[in-house]
Amino acid sequence: MNSKLVVSSSPHLRTPETITSIMIDVIIALFPVALASVLIFGYYALVTIVVGVLAAMVTEAVLKMKTDIMSDGSAAVTGLLLALTLPPNAPLWIPAVGSACAILIAKHFFGGVGNNIFNPALVGRAILVMSWGTLMVGGSDFWPVPGVLNFSRNVAGADVETAATPLEAEIVAMGTGWQELLVGNVTGSLGETSAIAILIGAFWLFYKGHIDWRIPGGYIGTVFILGMLLGDGFYMDSVLMTGVFHVLAGGVMLGAFFMATDMVTSPVTPLGRLLFGVGCGVITMIIRLYGAYPEGVTFAILLMNAVTPIIDRYTVPKKFGEVKS
Amino acid sequence: MKAKAFKGGVHPEGHKEVTQRLSIVGSKLPERVVIPMQQHIGAPCEPLVEVGDEVKVGQKIGDTEAFVSAPIHASISGKVTAIEPYNHPTGAKVKSVIIEADGNDEWSQEVKPPGKSVEEMEPKEILNIIREAGIVGMGGAAFPAHVKLSPPPEKMIDTLILNGAECEPHLTADHRTMIEDPEGVVFGLKAMMKVLGVENGIIGIEENKPDAIKTMQEMAEKESNIIVVPLPTMYPQGAEKMLIEAINGRQVPSGGLPMDVGVVNQNVGTSRAIAQAIREGKPLIERPLTVTGAGINTPANLMVRVGTIVEEIIEQCNGMRDDACKVIIGGPMMGMAQPELDIPALKGTSGILVLTESEISYSEINSCIRCAKCVDVCPINLIPSFLGRAGEKGQVEVAEEYHALDCIECGCCTYVCPASRPLTQWIKIIKAEIMAQKKQ
Amino acid sequence: MEEIKVEVLLQAALALGGLGAIFGILLSVAARVFAVEVDERVEQISEVLPGANCGACGYAGCNNFAEAVCSGNADVGGCIPGGKDTVSEICQILGKEGVESVPKKAVVFCDGDRQTAVERFVYDGSPSCKHADKMGGGFKACAYGCLGLGDCVEACPFGAMKMGDNGLPLIDEEACEGCGVCANYCPRGIIGMIPRDYRNKLVMCNSRDRGKSVVKACPVGCNGCKACTKACPQEAITMEDNLAVIDVDKCDGCGECVAKCKQGAIKALGEQHAAVEKLPRLKLRKLRK
Repeated sequence: MNSKLVVSSSPHLRTPETITSIMIDVIIALFPVALASVLIFGYYALVTIVVGVLAAMVTEAVLKMKTDIMSDGSAAVTGLLLALTLPPNAPLWIPAVGSACAILIAKHFFGGVGNNIFNPALVGRAILVMSWGTLMVGGSDFWPVPGVLNFSRNVAGADVETAATPLEAEIVAMGTGWQELLVGNVTGSLGETSAIAILIGAFWLFYKGHIDWRIPGGYIGTVFILGMLLGDGFYMDSVLMTGVFHVLAGGVMLGAFFMATDMVTSPVTPLGRLLFGVGCGVITMIIRLYGAYPEGVTFAILLMNAVTPIIDRYTVPKKFGEVKS
Repeated sequence: MKAKAFKGGVHPEGHKEVTQRLSIVGSKLPERVVIPMQQHIGAPCEPLVEVGDEVKVGQKIGDTEAFVSAPIHASISGKVTAIEPYNHPTGAKVKSVIIEADGNDEWSQEVKPPGKSVEEMEPKEILNIIREAGIVGMGGAAFPAHVKLSPPPEKMIDTLILNGAECEPHLTADHRTMIEDPEGVVFGLKAMMKVLGVENGIIGIEENKPDAIKTMQEMAEKESNIIVVPLPTMYPQGAEKMLIEAINGRQVPSGGLPMDVGVVNQNVGTSRAIAQAIREGKPLIERPLTVTGAGINTPANLMVRVGTIVEEIIEQCNGMRDDACKVIIGGPMMGMAQPELDIPALKGTSGILVLTESEISYSEINSCIRCAKCVDVCPINLIPSFLGRAGEKGQVEVAEEYHALDCIECGCCTYVCPASRPLTQWIKIIKAEIMAQKKQ
Repeated sequence: MEEIKVEVLLQAALALGGLGAIFGILLSVAARVFAVEVDERVEQISEVLPGANCGACGYAGCNNFAEAVCSGNADVGGCIPGGKDTVSEICQILGKEGVESVPKKAVVFCDGDRQTAVERFVYDGSPSCKHADKMGGGFKACAYGCLGLGDCVEACPFGAMKMGDNGLPLIDEEACEGCGVCANYCPRGIIGMIPRDYRNKLVMCNSRDRGKSVVKACPVGCNGCKACTKACPQEAITMEDNLAVIDVDKCDGCGECVAKCKQGAIKALGEQHAAVEKLPRLKLRKLRK
């Protein structure tokens, strides 16, 4: 013992967990989802995912001016999540541009990891949806319109032309069994179709303690209840099954377990997390049933991201032994 | 009776197997001791001896008029060679009496049994014995025992809890004390119950010490009003507030003390020291401590004289390994890392822990990723990530608003932080700043 | 394309114009009725202040200082970065006699860099001098030495400081406005303010320890041997708590002390940072000249 002693403040023990290890866990959790997307949509899904991940990592490395492309792994997670929200037939520049925008605009403009207000992957997706909307609903040559999502009945649309599509979509929805929704053998974005794959991945995150039940529970519970109450029981003529349909179809499962639970952009307080999940669910259902877009997960979560600081501010937990005044 | 788990907490690796089967053995008699005049929370003592004086073991060498204080005794017999500021585990220099041993280890005339049994003594008498023996809380905080045992009359105390949780990883001194002298622990507990006039004595022990639970239960069965409660193994189970909540479900109010909910809390080691003081008249001049950690060659539980230099204690355990790089006084979660080893072991020193390079991490401090793991583990229900940021930036008002002063500095938040942010350090700093502002 | 109807245009114009008129009247009435007495001198003084909000005057910003000066709570010479010109302008506005104000610059009175100064232990924790200073009395053997974690650099409102590779802060003399904020932020009080044009000798040490412990802790620290006080023909050097201090008004830069100092603690200013490249400028607003 010749060298100097190390002095630091207590505690002197640390968990081996680091930001990188958490990010790797998220990537592991997304593996079944990615695998399911490749199995369902074919090798093109794999290419899309690889492009999305690489674009995000390269953008991050360039912005940090480091050659270490892995960095802390958060860019890879962003790229992967973004790719999984894309339609299976998007041209390859779509994941590239989306990932680059996600990392540059949503993350580094706000000061890098930990400082972003909005979920980068969803910002990337939102930019893509608004800029190249037709490509993002998959309305191009070699894949049919993902009709399952288009179940919304636009009550405001008195116009005969716009009213026709939802009706048609409802027929598509009716033709899809809930078992198929569970397995994921339906149209939709790469990562959102297979509920089972998402649940397997989410289980890993629960097991590692990176997410708790509040956000996904609040989100899915709200979607289920609102789906039952407001969904008119259109699916299989059953109020209950309509709720199930709203949970399983579309991006709710992926959003609830992997997007809304993004640590940086969700509240830290336990009550806040529950409110956040419920808020996401309410906004998703409002957009789905009454909004112009068939799907509302992206914007629901982004809107709730924006109010996260306020939620945190007003849901400070009761401290131990708080004296009632 | 089954204790319920408190909210939050962490499960650090225990490492207790290293020393939990090693009996407490007497350490070598030191040739020189450094006895600081401040070893407790409260007012420092004034030396009662002068340079050149001959002192005997157990002779009182420091005392003060102040109530919140505890007298200090010579731990070896010999000659006072200096009274000067000396290194102290807290990092400050504290006025200390330095005694060179004469090798006789001759006990002072003052040390004699009172000649009465506890049953014959008045509570006041017992309290006086405890004070005169200089007994302080031996769990680490070193709060004078007699002060804790004299609650203001308006506080109705109904329960005395003995803390045998020893939730800090690595440490096993309390564990060994319970196994080796269960009779003494219970004796001290009964004496304290008499002082307070309470009927309920509860000994709380973490479930990772089944042998201690068994031994103590056997002792407790002989008494009608003492029970042993096994506690879930979880850090910081031994923190006063957590312990009381686990045992009888009462929450110590924010800013309050255990006596506000009718409870007084003492460590098992303190109880044993009180037993020795009452039966033998022996003041607190030695204490068991655990010398352990991967960096120490021969881990041990030692009975060490107060004032022994830490370096010598480590030498007795065959020194440190080459890759040892951190020496901690106390446990790994709340103990203090020491810049040098020329410091005395005190009444409140529960362990000396030597960590190696592989056990500590100088990880880079990253931005908070708001993972909320610190919020989930905080036993006091605070938001450590916000408090940490306030501490980092020196925002006193923000820290106060988020209840920084309620923090018990258990270190759970820093332990779990994946961004390796020194949250506890920041919170400690901002707490000190808030206190300083309040004083103004 | 549809023809735009004149009535529609008129309606719109009338509605908007009417609204504008109503609000205009309301606002002007409100401005009269709820008018707040503002000392117009406050505004004038704010105008002449540098506007960097550096806080050197002890107020939160330039406006607060202006208010304080007008109400007589602050000294007219309180604005250090503003220098002489600002002070005289403030005096003009207030109709007061001028007060002498010497432009200053900051100097780090420590030369114990990472190689030379002895370190007692390895510090692991919050990267702030203020916080490190509280941990075991600071990791440097010298309790007065620069910890080099850059609280001052963070604090400098003019971007005139940078942490050098040797663990000591560098100060860009041209960019330094002498506000003294860094000196306030240094937990050990190492940074001192000296006249801006001072080019002579300084004792680059802040240690009040006794000679022996200084030598043990740092090979370039002042050990208080007094050789310099005796050598100085101007009698500009005095001892303060074991530390030689050069009176900047008396020193003529002859260099006798430098030759006598065995520790090499006395240096000419600029010598110390001779090799310092210009720091990248980060001026938020050009200061008035």
